[in-house]
Amino acid sequence: MFLQLVANGLVTGSVYAIAAVGVSLVYGILRLVNFAYGDMMAFGALIAYGVDGPLHQSMIVAALAGMAATAALALALDVVLWKPLRARRAGFMSLFLASIGLALVLRQALLLAAGSQPRSYRVNPYRVFVLGSVRLSEQQLIAVAAAAATIVAVGLFLTLTTVGRVLRAMADDRALAAVAGIDVGRATRVAWLISGLLAGLAGVLAALVEYSFDPNFGFQLLLPVFAAVVLGGIGSAYGALAGGLALGVAQEVSTWSGFAGGVNPVYKPVVAFAVLAVALMIRPQGFFGQARVG
Amino acid sequence: MSILSSGSFWAFVGVVAGIYTILALGLQVQFGFAGLLNFGQVAFMAIGAYTMAILVVKEGWSTWLAAPLAVVAAAAGGLFLGLFSLRLRADYFAIVTIAFSEIVRYVATNETSLTGGSQGTIALGPIGTASQYNGQWSRFEGRVQHAFGFSSSDATMLAIVWTVAVVLLALTWLAMRTPWGRVLRAIRDDEDAAASLGKNTFAYKLQALALGAALAGIAGLFYAWEFSFFSPDDFQPLLTFFAWMILLLGGLGRVWAVPVGATVFGFIFAGTRFLNFAPFTWFASDQRAYLRLIIVGLIILLLVLVRPQGLLGNKREMVLE
Repeated sequence: MFLQLVANGLVTGSVYAIAAVGVSLVYGILRLVNFAYGDMMAFGALIAYGVDGPLHQSMIVAALAGMAATAALALALDVVLWKPLRARRAGFMSLFLASIGLALVLRQALLLAAGSQPRSYRVNPYRVFVLGSVRLSEQQLIAVAAAAATIVAVGLFLTLTTVGRVLRAMADDRALAAVAGIDVGRATRVAWLISGLLAGLAGVLAALVEYSFDPNFGFQLLLPVFAAVVLGGIGSAYGALAGGLALGVAQEVSTWSGFAGGVNPVYKPVVAFAVLAVALMIRPQGFFGQARVG
Repeated sequence: MSILSSGSFWAFVGVVAGIYTILALGLQVQFGFAGLLNFGQVAFMAIGAYTMAILVVKEGWSTWLAAPLAVVAAAAGGLFLGLFSLRLRADYFAIVTIAFSEIVRYVATNETSLTGGSQGTIALGPIGTASQYNGQWSRFEGRVQHAFGFSSSDATMLAIVWTVAVVLLALTWLAMRTPWGRVLRAIRDDEDAAASLGKNTFAYKLQALALGAALAGIAGLFYAWEFSFFSPDDFQPLLTFFAWMILLLGGLGRVWAVPVGATVFGFIFAGTRFLNFAPFTWFASDQRAYLRLIIVGLIILLLVLVRPQGLLGNKREMVLE
């Protein structure tokens, strides 16, 4: 039972981790805590649903379409919203509040376009794989594998490629990077592109793992994702991975009956925040974040 | 269009605007004067409303004892939140406050024996009875209506809510002119400078957070009395965002901008119920509810983009950074 809970936690945590990397990346470059990220995930999941259901494409094609559409949305939003805000040197508060406004618009637009009814992809949730004492569905295994592959890919991209190094330089010091001749606008678009792709992927995987989803589900995932980002230290990709996995496992294991009778499963989201609160009291900058001077 | 000419409908819009004024006034104290990015304001409203209802129904307390204690409970919630989160960076603080408000809502939804759970306050009492917490309040309202000769209970509620709101606005306005208020604004503008002058900035911020929370608690009481019933779903994060929109509509750092923002918001929100002309008639009524919130979101975006100090705000006093 305990191992099963850990495995379930790793599955949930994988989805959190992908989304957390996407949030963290944009924060590193733009200092934007993107409150609309959950709704971007829902957008990707719904586009994939449209391709999977009515268009009868395979789930892989559907997922890729969802990711591409979400990335396109992220780039479009940069042009119409975030770029003008940067132009007037908007600080953290303006950006955060704007992302709240955007979240409202996006979610209600999704509800308007797609309706609030729950829906599922055309997958078989009863195909189960047994690994020792742990049973995982095909979708759960796919989520873990996709998360692992994605995080490694993003990690390698950030460390090995020139664009990746540019992004890290900008996260360190945007002004200095601009002075050094880096095309800041192009690098920002790259960050949004990756963040959008990750949002789409996280949305599709979350919908697969939860099996049934509706346009509101992204917002429900947002706060645990934020908790994972903060836990890992905002702006750190590997921190986001560790934060996501730790949070997913903590949520599931807290319900284990061997653990003082276990927490009522309805309180799983509360467990995420309790972990976050304790972690912030010990290390106010997050576990992988750097303490800021000043 | 008959509802538009009905006095009781506009009285209702006015009551809601008054309640939002008190809620957003708390946010003005916390953010407009102390610079605290509180995104969990709705939690204190919930604590106020639930504390009062639980004490009245379950413990049989008098409303006039339960209501002040509910405000104290909301302030205590603010102190509790502040004690472990005020030392965090502004961005982490914002996230932790949203998380706090969601925890309060989860507890209210799931601790059925304490709060009635998702069924709301109707399930507060013993099983099989529909519980009411506003008996004493209704009698008080009736006496006020009789004494002042108001035409309806809606008009009475309107007068009570706005009287309280104006008193609270005046008190806040005065408080911001005391040395205490000046220190608060100094901390908002430059915390290090205030600290270097020997001010205990943590204590000041904690007090501002608790004071704003108490105001939200008062808003929660009137919310409970106006609707005679509430459930955890009434305290979604959306309400906090409405309060932020009111703050931006009115203007930052100005007490009297809050009721202006709340009134404009009330008209926008009520007005968008009547989008019964093309292109809105292309949508069904449930879809128009989504459209209203899209409009709210677009207004927030527009304000942040075009007028970051708010409609009546003073750019020299405070701009949303």
